[in-house]
Amino acid sequence: MSEALEQRDLRDTALDEVLLESRLARTWHTPPGWVGFFTTVDHKRIAVRYIVTAFAFLLLGGVLALLMRLQLSRPEAGLIGPDLYNQIFTVHGSTMMFLFAVPVMEAVGVLLVPLMLGTRNIAFPRLNAFSYWIYLAGGLVLWVAFVLDVGPDVGWFAYVPLSGPQYSAGKRADIWAQMITFTEIAALAIAVEIVVTVLKQRAPGMSLDRIPLFVWAMFVTSFVVILAMPAVVVASTALILDRLVGTHFFNPAEGGDALLWQHLFWFFGHPEVYIIFLPAVGMISSILPTFVRRPIFGYLPLVLALIGTGILAFGLWVHHMFTTGLPRVGESFFTASSMAIAVPSGVQIFCWLATIWLGRPVWRVPFLYILAFFFTFVLGGLTGVMVASVPLDTQVHDTYFVVAHFHYVLVGGAVFPLLAAVTYWFSKMTGRMMSERLGRWSVALLFIGFNFTFFPMHILGLQGMPRRIYTYQADLPWGGMNLFVSLCSLALAAGFLLFVWNALRSARAGEAAGDNPWGAATLEWATSSPPPPYNFTRIPVVRSANPLWDDGGALPVASGLSVNRRELLITTTAEARPEARETSPRDSAWPFWAAIATTIMLVCSIFTPWAVVWGSIPVAVTLVGWFWPRGTPEDDS
Amino acid sequence: MKPWHAALLSLLLLAGCKRETRQARLDPAVAEAMDSVATLPIGINGRPPPVLLAMGEPYRSNAYQLSQGKRLYAWFNCQGCHTDGGGGSAPALMDGWWRYGPDAVSIFLSIRDGRPNGMPAFRERLTTEQIWQLTGYLQSLGATSSTAATPGRNDSMQTRPGENRVPSMSRLPSPHEGGP
Amino acid sequence: MKRASRLLPLLLAGCSGWQSALDPRGPSAQDLHGLFWLFTITCTVIWLAVMLVLLAALLRRPPATKGAAEAAGRRSARVVGGAVAATVLVVAGLTFASYLATRAISSDQPEALVIRLRGYQWWWEVTYPHEQPDQTLLTANEIHIPTGRPVRIELAAADVIHSFWVPNLTGKQDMIPGRSNSLVFTAEKPGTYRAQCAEFCGLQHAHMALHVVAEPPEAFERWRTAQLAEAPAPEDAEEEEGRRVLESKACAACHTVRGTEAAGNLGPDLTHVASRRFIAAGMLPTTRGSLAAWVADPQSIKPGNNMPMVSLTADELQAVSAYLTRLR
Repeated sequence: MSEALEQRDLRDTALDEVLLESRLARTWHTPPGWVGFFTTVDHKRIAVRYIVTAFAFLLLGGVLALLMRLQLSRPEAGLIGPDLYNQIFTVHGSTMMFLFAVPVMEAVGVLLVPLMLGTRNIAFPRLNAFSYWIYLAGGLVLWVAFVLDVGPDVGWFAYVPLSGPQYSAGKRADIWAQMITFTEIAALAIAVEIVVTVLKQRAPGMSLDRIPLFVWAMFVTSFVVILAMPAVVVASTALILDRLVGTHFFNPAEGGDALLWQHLFWFFGHPEVYIIFLPAVGMISSILPTFVRRPIFGYLPLVLALIGTGILAFGLWVHHMFTTGLPRVGESFFTASSMAIAVPSGVQIFCWLATIWLGRPVWRVPFLYILAFFFTFVLGGLTGVMVASVPLDTQVHDTYFVVAHFHYVLVGGAVFPLLAAVTYWFSKMTGRMMSERLGRWSVALLFIGFNFTFFPMHILGLQGMPRRIYTYQADLPWGGMNLFVSLCSLALAAGFLLFVWNALRSARAGEAAGDNPWGAATLEWATSSPPPPYNFTRIPVVRSANPLWDDGGALPVASGLSVNRRELLITTTAEARPEARETSPRDSAWPFWAAIATTIMLVCSIFTPWAVVWGSIPVAVTLVGWFWPRGTPEDDS
Repeated sequence: MKPWHAALLSLLLLAGCKRETRQARLDPAVAEAMDSVATLPIGINGRPPPVLLAMGEPYRSNAYQLSQGKRLYAWFNCQGCHTDGGGGSAPALMDGWWRYGPDAVSIFLSIRDGRPNGMPAFRERLTTEQIWQLTGYLQSLGATSSTAATPGRNDSMQTRPGENRVPSMSRLPSPHEGGP
Repeated sequence: MKRASRLLPLLLAGCSGWQSALDPRGPSAQDLHGLFWLFTITCTVIWLAVMLVLLAALLRRPPATKGAAEAAGRRSARVVGGAVAATVLVVAGLTFASYLATRAISSDQPEALVIRLRGYQWWWEVTYPHEQPDQTLLTANEIHIPTGRPVRIELAAADVIHSFWVPNLTGKQDMIPGRSNSLVFTAEKPGTYRAQCAEFCGLQHAHMALHVVAEPPEAFERWRTAQLAEAPAPEDAEEEEGRRVLESKACAACHTVRGTEAAGNLGPDLTHVASRRFIAAGMLPTTRGSLAAWVADPQSIKPGNNMPMVSLTADELQAVSAYLTRLR
């Protein structure tokens, strides 16, 4: 009797290392093959899947960019007609924003946050699996539609009335609006998981001032997601209602307002930029110390800068609307707030510079990406100050100047750090290192290709070239520079291809990595590469912000968790003192089926409002299956 | 997947594509062929031009063409007599009753050649393609159910539910019960 | 040599800035241009400073002893604090400069010439309102303004959102259905300035241009009087035939030619179409050839625009183009 109880409630204190590992492996095991593929709730497997999918969309979006550059390489080129071009630039923008940038940042968060916090899985792991399938479905909806010539053609911002019922015939705009719903559900799900994971699942001793900066960045980002995304869900739903049911949210003749769309969209759309950018600066703050061999300078100002950026992000949506004729006083306020965001960004730049100043650089590939980031992001940030000024914005708004500006901020400010992060944490995904030699080549190609492609666009914009034009006339003086830009974009594309090739090759045949190949300080390096399904054999205890540096390699551990069921340690919010043991759900195929049911409901709701009624029944069925107790040890707790 | 599954799926997908294509320019020869309607001696009805069938009746099933027809309806002041389809000084267009028959050719002929008691001929005011666009739109207006290609409401004051909310004729009395 | 001679006009066009924010031709644009350089120079200096510090940090030997490292850390804290304070000051200064520029540009001009501009997919309707209705002038795709006098453009949209932008004279302003906006500016030097729709408005957004012709006040008045007149009468049999075709075919359903039976209001007013520099919203220079090409096949030139291909015989096309060329 007591032996049976002991067997059921077996704790890790009772076992030695080898036995413990085999018991944990059995408990956290995911079946191999297709069953495991559809049922796994391991945050690492889902995150890697997410990252691979996002990079696939990056490549697809990049192909569209090259097609646009081909069409614009000479005046009045007849290669791509206006109808197809409008679809291409809409799908390019939507893919890059909704299917690449936001998901990939959240996916890196899903991969690293539990590892950096020293926990065994993310909070709500089934929701995490659901999030991936919904995201994949949303991406497929957009791309299948595009391939069938039903791609949205109203811009990634889909301004009404152009996207409304009168001026957008057919289902193209509806597909865009529903793609938004898919990706927002996916993003919101991850945001909730990360907030809970960060608040309740930190390793014992990891008080608020010892949280790695990347985790802080993901934490702030998740709040921005939770507050910003509902605005665009409301907007896109109102658009679908206008188009499908005949409501009048955006019809001025019946009391609606076309500008309402822009307010709702940019109330989401501007924070969206920070949803992409904040994780990227978190990556910089977490990678940089490793490559200058000293702790980050100014931990507290950096955290405050992250929070400040997150708050200010909601105060500057109007700077996308400076030419819509809003009252002057309001515009001046938004000029001030838009420029104020330069202050927290400045704080971060200065702290990083001080970190480099006080450290000793190690010239490895991730560090080179960080240098490329400095060069391009500071430039993009400063042109951001220019577009924040109302009078200047009236000249450069909706021109190639803005195209140049936001590519500097998003590629320079987010993609370069992301590539640094993939290179840096590659061993935690695959157990191998990426090739250093190919890495250097791709940094060089990307850096040179990017700057030569996008810097001339500033000048094109000032010379009067508007955005979103499928061609331009020969008497306008833009031909030469456009040809130059188009040629340089090939170098940029080559850089991306080389990076992907390097990643694919290294994943199979790269040099095997040890637990901590870079000699870094944070907890994800305290476990093997790649980590086991349960992440840590014993939960580490944290006594500083740089545990692996300050504790001399051997971390103290917490014990007492059950090994017969999936169990996590819950700690207090501020001090991270151990509080409770909590179970973590087992693998399940229900998230996959729930995502399928949701997809069917959302896709059919493009055609009939009744889909929401009838489609909710299968969704409810799958949710019942999802939560139905199965008599596993986890359910007994 | 069985082969017929795949075939059905690709057929569905193709139908989707066809409904959404936006063809801006019509070949002049095709435009001319579309005008050759073999009319009955009484001028009410006739045989549709073969080219239209060969093209797969785009004016009835293609979202872009339908929305072009809807624009023409407003631009050429069809409302002046027919109001928003409910009928005023001229017959209603959305109640399913057609004085000269519900088929595309009769509607086409009514627009092109005009009809007694006030319907003017638009032969020299609209191109053949435009008359077919208008015809397709009118057919969707008087249909008993909407298709996914039907246009939505306009950004203007509303006098009736949007075309994609048909059948709206249930809301209107038939001519036998006395019009408004 | 031959290539150089072909390149030369291109280079000159680049300098003359036919549609460029870098070549201001009026006080508003000049203010904006000054502000632009203020921002650009400030930002360039900041960028260079950051890059130099980065370079220095990369090349620097780190302090050898623990004490030296701690001292360097304290120094860095002071420098970072100072840099943040400087950022705040620079940002505040730029905000203030931007506010001053806004005030200068948007000052009220009671004696301004009022012009109403209405954006259509994909052309512009221009109205010069006047107290006397018969003196109100309606034209399209070309605005004439007197030099030295402020102009207020009242902006409206007929269908979707457009944006009016003539970079040589001032910044842009959107035209939004259900809202009215306006823009005040002055042209100082005579010249033709190209304007273009700056808000994505559908298939032919790329071909929605407009020309602003600034001319001395007397020339402007002459233009206005000429435009108010009815269309010139045909001068030979071919032009006479052209007018007959225009009146009897679909052209008349959409276009107005004052003084004829053509009275449509769906497309641009053609009463003095040949006096305008370009046709089809800035697409083609006005010549008899381009008019004929446009009428013959508008959908190949500007796919998706609202002008249908009206079937005309070769002789009819000849006649129409002759008549349209007469409409000066």
